[in-house]
Amino acid sequence: MLDDKITSHTFWEGVWENNPVFVMLLGMCPVLAVTNSTINALAMGLATLFVLLSSSLLVSLIRNWIPKQTRIAVFIIIIATFVTVVDYVIQAISLDLYNALGAFIQLIVANCMILGRAEAYASKVPPAKALINALGMGLGFTIALLCLGSVREILGSGTLLGFDLFGENYQQWIVMILPPGGFFVLGGWLLLFEWLRERKEQQEATSE
Amino acid sequence: MEPSSLNFIFFNAFLANNFVLALFLGLCPFLGVSGKLDTAFPMGVATMFVMLISSVCAFFINQVLVAYGIEYLRLISYIAVIASAVQLVEMILKKFSPGLFRSLGIFLPLITTNCAILGLALFQTFKEYNFLQSMVYALGAGAGFTLAILLIAGLRERLDLASLPSITQGAALSLMIGGLLSLSFMGFAGLGS
Repeated sequence: MLDDKITSHTFWEGVWENNPVFVMLLGMCPVLAVTNSTINALAMGLATLFVLLSSSLLVSLIRNWIPKQTRIAVFIIIIATFVTVVDYVIQAISLDLYNALGAFIQLIVANCMILGRAEAYASKVPPAKALINALGMGLGFTIALLCLGSVREILGSGTLLGFDLFGENYQQWIVMILPPGGFFVLGGWLLLFEWLRERKEQQEATSE
Repeated sequence: MEPSSLNFIFFNAFLANNFVLALFLGLCPFLGVSGKLDTAFPMGVATMFVMLISSVCAFFINQVLVAYGIEYLRLISYIAVIASAVQLVEMILKKFSPGLFRSLGIFLPLITTNCAILGLALFQTFKEYNFLQSMVYALGAGAGFTLAILLIAGLRERLDLASLPSITQGAALSLMIGGLLSLSFMGFAGLGS
């Protein structure tokens, strides 16, 4: 059950144990679509973090006034409002970045992770707790995006954050920055985590 | 082919820029409901239906928004329309096919947060398609989504019988299959823009 007490679990749950991307498999579309370079991944992660934080806070503040039947509609409208804000802010800060991310900034609305958090968590706990949990989830999401973005950029273009890593003779693994690469890299990460988990379980089984 | 011709728009959305395999839209149902062909097909058709409805609505809403110069409300109004369209499909299914309604389960209301549908509405606005073009675009995108989800469901049904290493249980394998499908769909790239 959800109580009002804030523990370290409130924050760390989203970063590791219930990581939105690697464990819960939510919000996959931006995860795969914009991670062809590290900087895009970072921008997307921060934009999502902001929307998640502000929508969690607002939902949690007005949670007692939202009628149960229309709650999903209310959540969606709140999220859409903040996404519109982010959309215009990024457009104002850097037009290049805005063009690189394309429609995927507006598509943050359809990120099931944010709606899922509003429905399952923020609408049931007081603002402070919702905020801390949202921060953890958002960070977990950003870290996951960076994991994918950095691997894909290093393999696909031989650079990291735009810096050349291997010199000019590097043969670029072009498919990694194309759509199939997104599937392969995320699949690879999931295999790695599953392998680690299985190994840990086996070690525990033998030590008993 | 002319980029504005209806044929081109259809095949562009259907194959070359397949919403799932090239643009990464609608991955949640693609990974979640693709275990069996029996549920994958209705899911595809339901999504296509919602796409058509929301495409038509989005077209007219955009006309109104542009006329009044309030484009910043676009996102909010699109998502509201899509949510109502999903509700409609849900009610129709519940009435006429309760079994199917149960087997789709949570993924039916989640069509609302299926980015393929919102993405379609936004793309047709960015590309400034007229009414007929929008409809064809929605049809192509829906057909492309159905094709992708059927392909992966067929593959996964076969894989149930194969012996696999234990770490590939779960989504990792689906993602790898998705990657291979996406790789093969890149062969259609020359058809589109």
